[in-house]
Amino acid sequence: MASLEIKGVKKRYGTHEILKGIEISVEAGEFLVLVGPSGCGKSTLLNMIAGLDTVSEGDIVIAGRRVNDFHPSERDIAMVFQSYALYPNMTVEQNIAFGMEMRKVPKPERDAAVRDVAKILQLDHLLQRRPSQLSGGQRQRVAMGRALVRKPKIFLFDEPLSNLDAQLRVDMRTEIKKLHQRLGATIVYVTHDQIEAMTLATRIAVMKGGELQQLGTPAQVYNRPANTFVAGFMGSPRMNLAPARLQRNGDGLALEIQMGDRPKAQIPLPPQPPAVSAYAGKEVIAGVRAEAISYRRASNGNDGDARPIVDATIEVTEPTGADTLALLTLGGHEFTARLDPDVELRSGDKAQFRIDMSKLVCFDPQTERLIS
Amino acid sequence: MPEPAGIDSRPTGDTTMQQHWDTPEMAQGKGSLRSRVVIYGLLGFFALVYLLPLIVMVLTSFKPLSEIYAGNIVALPKQWTVEPWVSAWETACVGLSCNGIKGYFWNSTKMTVLAVILSTLIGLLNGYVLTKWKFKGANVLFGLILFGCFIPFQIVLIPMAAFLGKVGIASSTAGLVFVHTVYGLCFTTLYARNYYIAFPDELVKSAMIDGARFFNIFWRILLPNSGPIIIVTVIWQFTNIWNDFLFGASFSTGESAPMTVALNNVVNTSTGERPYNVHMAAAMIAAFPTLLVYIFGGRYFVRGLMAGSVKG
Repeated sequence: MASLEIKGVKKRYGTHEILKGIEISVEAGEFLVLVGPSGCGKSTLLNMIAGLDTVSEGDIVIAGRRVNDFHPSERDIAMVFQSYALYPNMTVEQNIAFGMEMRKVPKPERDAAVRDVAKILQLDHLLQRRPSQLSGGQRQRVAMGRALVRKPKIFLFDEPLSNLDAQLRVDMRTEIKKLHQRLGATIVYVTHDQIEAMTLATRIAVMKGGELQQLGTPAQVYNRPANTFVAGFMGSPRMNLAPARLQRNGDGLALEIQMGDRPKAQIPLPPQPPAVSAYAGKEVIAGVRAEAISYRRASNGNDGDARPIVDATIEVTEPTGADTLALLTLGGHEFTARLDPDVELRSGDKAQFRIDMSKLVCFDPQTERLIS
Repeated sequence: MPEPAGIDSRPTGDTTMQQHWDTPEMAQGKGSLRSRVVIYGLLGFFALVYLLPLIVMVLTSFKPLSEIYAGNIVALPKQWTVEPWVSAWETACVGLSCNGIKGYFWNSTKMTVLAVILSTLIGLLNGYVLTKWKFKGANVLFGLILFGCFIPFQIVLIPMAAFLGKVGIASSTAGLVFVHTVYGLCFTTLYARNYYIAFPDELVKSAMIDGARFFNIFWRILLPNSGPIIIVTVIWQFTNIWNDFLFGASFSTGESAPMTVALNNVVNTSTGERPYNVHMAAAMIAAFPTLLVYIFGGRYFVRGLMAGSVKG
């Protein structure tokens, strides 16, 4: 358990810069998830922390020591790879013990450590098997065992769940989270799956094109995305992003959505912070989460609900079981709404919806950054 | 109600389906008997043509000399004898000495085993470095090594002779081991490099984090997983080195000559009535080790060449 600091780290291949100055500081015991689309540099960054790739510029500091020039084995880290990287010629026991064997730990000590880890991960009965005789989930556990047994300062995970089928992935995700809570270990975890990022992380680093887009808790990243990329990347379904105009509406503001010559929708807003108010009369990109839109049943009448009501046309409905996703046209723009599973709406229906604007986020149309 | 026979008797399960596919009736239907006779007839004929020299050699090596000069070369021996084999091994004259080919057989064995082990090991190391410790110019270097595969034997003869003379291992088994190791490296490097390029890098990275360094990674991780390619290189190198005549004839003299050179000398030094049965026996002995290697390793050879080309 140790802290990790990534200070202005850059990576260049020739003149091509693939990491453009990353600045992240991880407290001991934190679970940091690096997330982003493929090619964003997250795996490169992880490899640089591990020492499997060189740092072009900047420093990597583990537990207060600059480790840029340390061999991977001297950094006191353990890594779980996407392919598990189990040695095919060794048994599970030998696989788990290999790191200690290389460090010349005496055999009795090794055996005891392997037994402990095997117990935690329920691998006891598999110790004499070879990796080829194991299922995907078992291989995954062996790979974790190999990391655990060394009690490293930092655990690195490189998309460890992406080779598993959907059900097992969810189970292992829970296992990893439990493990983190029990060990209190510092973990850096790379994934392209934003659900994994949301569920596991204490903090998320969203990356794109070699740049850090946002670093924050899952709630911050989800509710207050730093820019339109993060807004669109995190969350499923993605955040609705609509070009809109902020208009003065009496004392307050209203959001006006109009695409082309379609009838416009005007939505009054609750009081906004000064930064947003400054955009009155200007164009913004409005971000609304799918769960902020709910269906208003006709019989409701005036129920004291202060949330604004809008008219929209249903394009498509997608029942998922737990809830129904509906694609609506509102002011000519398409919005996804997360509705109750029992709403009976068909495509083509016109209906009324309530929009919760308390969590509205606005982005500058030029810079695409959050206005705050 | 009885099921229609067609459905009831239909084979079920994977294994029966498999057998069904394999039977020729399925593929060719009825009335193909004639075409099958033609196919197998042709195959048999060409197999016989191909095997004829070997049959003649074997038959001749078991015949007394009188029978060879009297009769038909494809006839079975009237009187079977192992005398020519014993004579080839113990007493056949090679040049001036008449101690049989046994000494040369051991020359070849020593030379081949050593050169095969050395060239295979160095080739595997080269492949390991070229794929897992990539450095600037690694691909250019590999291209140059590859180029070595296309250098004809004859071109290296004179420079090699000069070099061996300077180093002081001319006309010795050590010299031949050196020549064959160097010449074989291009091929063993090519095989190993192409095998290791498909070997997962993550295993190497994982071993590095586990604390293994250059040689430990090679010995403990790569080598134990190189079975197929080791067999390919061993068979390739063994047959090439054992069967080589040109290097053997150029870089050895007298007692240090390998089997192939000795065989040539046996055939050339006989005077008077040529003992064809002894020649044939000697040739069979010379061919025997490569035959054994193919019999025991042939299966793996094909498997090894295919390794990496198909997943799973």
